[in-house]
Amino acid sequence: MTLLKTAMITALMGATAITAAPAMAKDLRIALQSDADVLDPDQSRTFVGRIVYASLCDKLVDITPDLEIIPQLATAWETSADGMAITMQLREGVVFHDGTPFNAEAVAANIARSQTLDESRRKSELESITGTEVTGEYEIVLTLAAPDATLMAQLADRAGMMVSPTAAEAAGADFGLNPVCSGAFSFTERVAQDKIVLTKFSDYWNADAISFDSVTFLPIPDTTVRLANLQSGDIDMIERLAATDLPQITGNADLTVDSAVSLGYQGITFNLANGERGDNPWGNDKRLRQALSHAIDREVINQVVFEGAFAAGNQSFPPTSPWYNTNFPVPARDVEKAKALLAEAGFPDGLDLEVQVPNTTVQLQLMQVVQAMASEAGIRITLASKEFATLLEDQTAGSYTASQIGWSGRVDPDGNNHPFVTTNGGINDSKYSNPAIDELLNDARIVSTTAERKAKYDEAMAIMLDELPRVFLYHEKWIWAFNNKLKGFVSYPDGMIRLENVTWEE
Amino acid sequence: MLAFFLRRVLIALPTIILISVFVFALQKLLPGDPLTVLAGEERDPEVLEFLREKYRLNDPIIVQYFTWAGNAVQGDLGISLRTNQPVTELMAQKLPVTIQLAVMSMLFALLIGIPAGILSAVKKGTVTDYVANIVALSGLSIPNFWLGIMLILLVSVKWQLLPASGYVPPGEDLWQSIRTMLMPAFVLGTALAATLMRHTRSAMLGVLSADYVRTARAKGLPERTVVLKHSFRNALTPIVTLTALLFGELVAGAVLTEQIFTIPGFGKLVVDAVFNRDYAVVQGIVLVTAVGFIVMNLIADMLYFVLNPRLRGA
Repeated sequence: MTLLKTAMITALMGATAITAAPAMAKDLRIALQSDADVLDPDQSRTFVGRIVYASLCDKLVDITPDLEIIPQLATAWETSADGMAITMQLREGVVFHDGTPFNAEAVAANIARSQTLDESRRKSELESITGTEVTGEYEIVLTLAAPDATLMAQLADRAGMMVSPTAAEAAGADFGLNPVCSGAFSFTERVAQDKIVLTKFSDYWNADAISFDSVTFLPIPDTTVRLANLQSGDIDMIERLAATDLPQITGNADLTVDSAVSLGYQGITFNLANGERGDNPWGNDKRLRQALSHAIDREVINQVVFEGAFAAGNQSFPPTSPWYNTNFPVPARDVEKAKALLAEAGFPDGLDLEVQVPNTTVQLQLMQVVQAMASEAGIRITLASKEFATLLEDQTAGSYTASQIGWSGRVDPDGNNHPFVTTNGGINDSKYSNPAIDELLNDARIVSTTAERKAKYDEAMAIMLDELPRVFLYHEKWIWAFNNKLKGFVSYPDGMIRLENVTWEE
Repeated sequence: MLAFFLRRVLIALPTIILISVFVFALQKLLPGDPLTVLAGEERDPEVLEFLREKYRLNDPIIVQYFTWAGNAVQGDLGISLRTNQPVTELMAQKLPVTIQLAVMSMLFALLIGIPAGILSAVKKGTVTDYVANIVALSGLSIPNFWLGIMLILLVSVKWQLLPASGYVPPGEDLWQSIRTMLMPAFVLGTALAATLMRHTRSAMLGVLSADYVRTARAKGLPERTVVLKHSFRNALTPIVTLTALLFGELVAGAVLTEQIFTIPGFGKLVVDAVFNRDYAVVQGIVLVTAVGFIVMNLIADMLYFVLNPRLRGA
């Protein structure tokens, strides 16, 4: 099935390459919501940085919009029977922007860099790899400490981005000032907070699919101004259009909008056992958390705060995800049930709950709606609005009862759960601990077939939805708006902008 | 004059040191650990510890300050926690932008504010005076962000006359550079023009009632000469001070205007740096801005000498 799909995609690529009109000198201008951080795939951590990489740095593998792993720089891969090794075949004839050839040695050097560079943020993503063995010019074997079903998804993101070993060696930790990868565009210039300019790389292995001479990314934080730039024609495409601005686009004949439900979630994280403040009714009694969940109408949140443009949600995966547990659909609001649970837990007259929330307009609106709905069930929410860095620090330190926070999401289902709810999870700010969850989520990393993994996540989700260390509220949608002349854009749930086969027709 | 100049520079030094201590302390008082933001969503403890060591955040605050100050004296302002770029390089990128915006805004302010001020002083109590005052008052009261967005929607989206936002270096394309900067400079300029107009008006009113002006008029000099040559020149001293101070403020960065028009200047840099707890960048900008302010003040003092012969003996 996968093979067939890959073959079809490849055939399609070939077809469009032949029929594509002669490319005109066109600089594509894309407005981003914020400025990227350091442009080194091993050090980088921002979402917008990844959007730039989608044009700048190729990865070993990529994903389809349905989250299947497909070839990019690796053309085929095979996991050994015991799951302890992955053998990869690499694409031939690929060069980095500085002319360094791409081969198995380069992959080995990249993995070593991600694992050993002091500044690397990728260490935990690749920790299952214990060694690499170059078995041919274009063949490499990754040896693993234990079977790791999440690894290929990691290699479909920053951990799998290939940088030029020559350039990385020479620049060290300063690589990000002048990044050299092997993507469709090479780095030309960056002015902080102003622009990042990339130029078409003529030796790109898939150059026929690229029809822009250059691409310029401009950070424009204000949503109104981002849209105004698009309307005036100064910008060709914008990412993360505000849901409230959608009517302006649909009423404009020159503009198109496209969207995809993100991989992440937004919700309320509870403090169950993180320091002294975990010892409170909300942290001690799951019935209270269930009551809050019942008191909320998630569809109303979506309508009121996001004009219906996002997706209501109740799990760590959006309902559109293949990993969503369909036995637990987004529940309807049930105020009576909420009141009954409160009474059962010993609070027939209701009780107070302090929720910390980022001080941005949208998150405050969200929590005000939740506040109003919860009050009807007797839950008196007070909001502590904090600037994000402060909120995060308090959450890590356990200085909170409940925290409105989200997660940008990962391709592999592991990323949306394991770090948050396993006993030793790196960002388990709830300090939630349940041996059953630990076992299920650890096993889900090891078992190899998708069906087996899905069963583990389904089982874990049932427990998580009963104990509710996190109460999920909604899933953002990535909304792109662009000039009608831009053709062939495909939306992906990871929010990236892939320019292969995107064209500009005057 | 040289002695005067040197004295002022010496007085400025402790001010700069105090400011840098103050800003350093304030930043450390801010809640929020810069590293929880910097380490990425996963907040890997190993990464956190490495970064703490690398940026010497484990040292006592006093040590941190002196390390910074020691390097600063040698021209090294550290590197940005966020982008790894040296702070001096970041500022070298931003300074021309901010100066261009400041100069263009100031031109708008002077061209509108001073003639309006003179006119309303000379025509005191007439319709012209009232109109000028109302316009000035609106210039002061209309928020920059509102005026900015309205201008973008009207001039860029509706009429498509000027680029909506962004920045083009003059060296790349002078005409495009001026066009891009026109709206933000106007928005900033109108607010300053209002202040300048009010000050020019009151300074002129004071001078116009002076005895020597009456004498000049009695001599039968044309009104034009009386107003522009005799009165205005004397009214100029407070206006020059104000202009210099306003210019200093502009160099510190016009936060809101830069944010709306997405101009990569000082204001935007410092705001982003505060949110990201990018200590070195904030510290560097404050230092440079403080120096800028002091230099502007010095220039104003020097101009007094030129404008007012009576000071030259002092």
